[in-house]
Order: sequence, then structure tokens, then C-alpha cells
Amino acid sequence: MERTWNNKAWFMVLPVLLLVAFSAIIPLMTVVNYSVQDTFGNNVFFWAGSEWFEEILHSDRFWEAMGRNLVFSAIILIIEIPLGIFIALNMPKKGWGVPVCLVLMALPLLIPWNVVGTIWQVFGRVDIGLLGYSLRALGFDYNYVNDPFDAWVTVIVMDVWHWTSLVVLLCYAGLVSIPDAYYQAAKIDGASRWAIFRYIQLPKMNRVLLIAVLLRFMDSFMIYTEPFVVTGGGPGNTTTFLSIDLVKLAIGEFNLGEAAAMSIVYFLIIMLLSWVFYTVMTAYDAER
Amino acid sequence: MAHLDETTANERTLMRQTPATAEAQTANARLARKMRRRGEESRFWWLVPTIYIIFLMLPIYWLVNMSFKNNQEILGAFSLWPRNPTLANYAVIFNDPSWYRGYINSIIYVVMNTVISVAVALPAAYAFSRYRFLGDKHLFFWLLTNRMAPPAVFALPFFQLYSAFGLIDTHIAVALAHCLFNVPLAVWILEGFMSGVPKEIDETAYIDGYSFPRFFLRIFMPLIASGVGVACFFCFMFSWVELLIARTLTTTAAKPIAAIMTRTVSASGLDWGVLAAAGVLTILPGALVIWFVRNYIAKGFALGRV
Repeated sequence: MERTWNNKAWFMVLPVLLLVAFSAIIPLMTVVNYSVQDTFGNNVFFWAGSEWFEEILHSDRFWEAMGRNLVFSAIILIIEIPLGIFIALNMPKKGWGVPVCLVLMALPLLIPWNVVGTIWQVFGRVDIGLLGYSLRALGFDYNYVNDPFDAWVTVIVMDVWHWTSLVVLLCYAGLVSIPDAYYQAAKIDGASRWAIFRYIQLPKMNRVLLIAVLLRFMDSFMIYTEPFVVTGGGPGNTTTFLSIDLVKLAIGEFNLGEAAAMSIVYFLIIMLLSWVFYTVMTAYDAER
Repeated sequence: MAHLDETTANERTLMRQTPATAEAQTANARLARKMRRRGEESRFWWLVPTIYIIFLMLPIYWLVNMSFKNNQEILGAFSLWPRNPTLANYAVIFNDPSWYRGYINSIIYVVMNTVISVAVALPAAYAFSRYRFLGDKHLFFWLLTNRMAPPAVFALPFFQLYSAFGLIDTHIAVALAHCLFNVPLAVWILEGFMSGVPKEIDETAYIDGYSFPRFFLRIFMPLIASGVGVACFFCFMFSWVELLIARTLTTTAAKPIAAIMTRTVSASGLDWGVLAAAGVLTILPGALVIWFVRNYIAKGFALGRV
């Protein structure tokens, strides 16, 4: 849409600007403040320069949490994206099945995150949970509390359960926008199922897919509540992702300088990814 | 699109040329039906959605199942459905103020947040969708970074900021803090909907002598009503599901239900039935209204960009 140049529009944006400034810029400045200062208590601060940043960038603990988080995000994307596409392709296109599928599939997306954690914590327990009990009955030595591998599997299956529907719904929205004429043309040309997918459906879906990949990456990169409730970051540190580590550092150990430096590194990564997201979105809008 | 129009035009001429015998018509109809069914070629297309939905429903079913059992039954014999269904767990929640106040607290700050977010987002979204102004793109991008910001980064600074203002343990503190991600969300969703309304409508209204506020409330709002509904739904949802910030900013008077649940797990530890019942009650608000937004779920989660 052609938009007219009008600087008075700033007045309409002003409330948002003030509100978000209060809830974003002031807290962020506090973080910046802590990241360059040190204290011995009593609210006496002195300049520390880049000390905290050097410390965090040389700490094994930070890189391990980062590594775990990247591996987690990668596994999530590898499972959820193809699975989401596959399910979206098999969704009914019309009839009573459409609203039923949409509503039931969206349900996990609307459950509070700590309840998602609680659901899986209970579901996976070997004494009272359906999953844990069944796996034990089938002869698997499953125990997500003590076994790091089982803890990872549980957290990943939980995330697949929680968020695959987002990919499904986005892909489905892309699929239903394909005009019937495309399929008729493919039918006349005698195109195979694979060719229809590769040359008609996939190109039509690739923008929604990009959105899905970015959203899933971002949200899995800052996951906190669900694994915290299920495993508490354990056993040991094996499921301690970046956010869990950050909260431990800031609120658990009250190590403000290091936590602040870590926050800033974390936030810069998120900024970079947001920029990719924004570029994709605006390119899409321009085409629309 | 040009070549498509051409094909349909060709088809039309083709049809006109074929003799309109009954046979040809049924053959045409059969072909059309076949074409429509493509994409669901196999007769088992329903299998995949069904299996997926069962996978989604099983853990939820297990929670509901547990909420109707008492603790002896949960910890004792393993059963797939409650043998002696009981509402005792729900009764505990509805009779104990320290439980049900959690729900009231959550609803208070969530509603406050939704109202604030959508109210400030409406004019801003209009500005972004209709005008260009100094720094508009940067501002729009900056809003997005807040939606993507990890709550963990903000937990501690929020605590200090709201302590300084003496707002800790008040509903408004949580409502304002949640604006961090809900205002950008509302702006992006509403902008998506508003850009779908042609600009000619605005211009016609101004020519007809409408003032801006009157135009906005009388003409524009009804046109984007579904967008406002979707924005409200998503603000409500994201504020309702958030735990970390809400927990950090409250101690007792405004403590959300989510935080009360986690406390019960760690402290008394074993009251699984009540925990399950509390969980089921937190799922209900989403489950109740989801039907109304079913066609916009993808759009809402993708920030109005599908």
C-alpha cells in the first residue's frame, strides 16, 4: 500500500514508545550498567570496563549452556519443521474436519508454559505417568530424573508436542492460499505427487516456512519454563539451557556483573536474528 | 496470474466446443471431483491428523484423568481412567483462598495488560499501516526485538525497576511488565489486519467530513473488529502463559496461579490430584475461546504476517 509521508503520525506512536521505553529501555540500561561495573555491596559501584564480558566469554559454563541450547534448537528444527509440513499436507482441505483439526491442534499452544512442564513431568513419571509407566512395562529403563539421555528425550518430545502445531498451522495457511487452478494444471500435465509438492506447494510455502523456522528457533533459543519445571536443568547441568543458566546466575547466585554481561551477549544474538526475521517479513510485505 | 486467466479462458472455449452430451458431462464431473480430491489422494489421508491429534491429546487426557482421582488412587493402582471419580481436588481449589486467589490475580493482571496493550497499539498500528514518518522502519524493528527478547534477561532489572517505584507485588506491575512483549505483538497483528483495509475508505470518509476520531471509531473499528479480537486474544494468551516475569514481580498479594502451582510441587510435593486440577483449570480459558479465533491462530502466532 502506498503510504503518505506524515511526521505527525509520531503522535500516534508516542504512547507505545513511552510504554515500551519504560518496560524495555530502562531495564536494558540497568543491565548495561551492571555489565560494566563491579560492586562490593552497599550500593558502591566502580568501573569494571569489559572485565565481565571477558569473564563470560572465557567461561566454560557459558559456552556449554550455549552449546546445549544450539543443539537443542537444531534438534527441534530438524524434527518439527518436516513433521509440521507432513501433517499440514495431510490436513483436510474442507468440510467439518478443518475446524476440528485446527482447534484440537492449536490446544497445546494455549496451555501455560509451566503447566506444559507439569503435564510432561507427570506424564513421564515411572510410577504414576502413562508414558513412563508404559515404557517401563515395555522393558525400557526409562527415568528422566536420573538419566541425562532420557531427560533430553523428554524435553525434546515435550517441545515437539507443544510447538509442532505452530508449524502445522503456518504451513496449512500457506497451503490453502494455493489456487485450485495450479493443481488442475499439474493434473493435466500428469505431475507426480512429489512434483506437485516440490514445484507447487513448497514454493508457495517457503515464506511461511521461513517465519516458522525463525519463530521456532527464537522461542527454543530462549526456552525457560518448560524444561525448568520438568528437569530443573538437571540431571547435573545436562538440560541447563541459556535462560535457565542466566536466571541461576542472576537470581540464584546474585552474580550481577556476569549475569548482565551474559544478558547483553544473549540479547545481541536475539537482535541479529530479529533483524533476519524483519528482513524476511518486509520482503514479504513488499511482495504482497 | 495472467497465464492462469488464459487457461481458464481456454477451458471455457474448450467446453463450449464439446458437445454437451450427458456422458461428457458426467466424465467432466468425475474429472473435476478427482482434481478436487488431489492432495488427499489416498483413502487414508485422515490417518496422519488422527495419529497426531491422539499424540497431542494423550498427555492432556492424563492430566484430566488425574484431576478426578484422589491421591491414593493416583499413587496406588495404575488405571487408565478414574475408578472412583471425585471432584474433591476441584473442591480444594474453589474453597481455599490461597488457591483461587491465584486465578483472580492472574485474570486481573492479564485483563489489565490486554486493555493497555491493545489501547496503545491501535493508534500506533494505524500510523504504521497508513503513514511514513521519520524512523518508522527502525521503530517497527525495535518493537519486534522486544517481542523476541528473552524474559530471563529482563527478570532481574524488572524487579529492581518496580522496587524503585514501590510497585512490587501489585497487579499493575505485572501488567506493565508484560507490555514488553504484548505491545509489539498487538502492534504487529493489528498492522497486519489494517493493511488489508484499502486506503480509499479513509480518504472517502475524510471527504465526507468525518473527523479522525469519529472515522476511527465509527467506520474503521468495525472493519478491523476481527483483528482487534485476535489481538486481544493473543495478548491475553501470552500474558496468561508467561510465568518467569510474573513470578519475579510478585510475592503474595498478586501472585499468579502459575507460581502458586510451582510452589505446591516443591513444598508439599505430593498432592498430585490438586496439582492436576489446578492445571486443568489453567487450560480452560484458552480452550473455551479458541473456537472463535480458529481461523486466525496462524496469523496471530506469526505476528499478523500470514
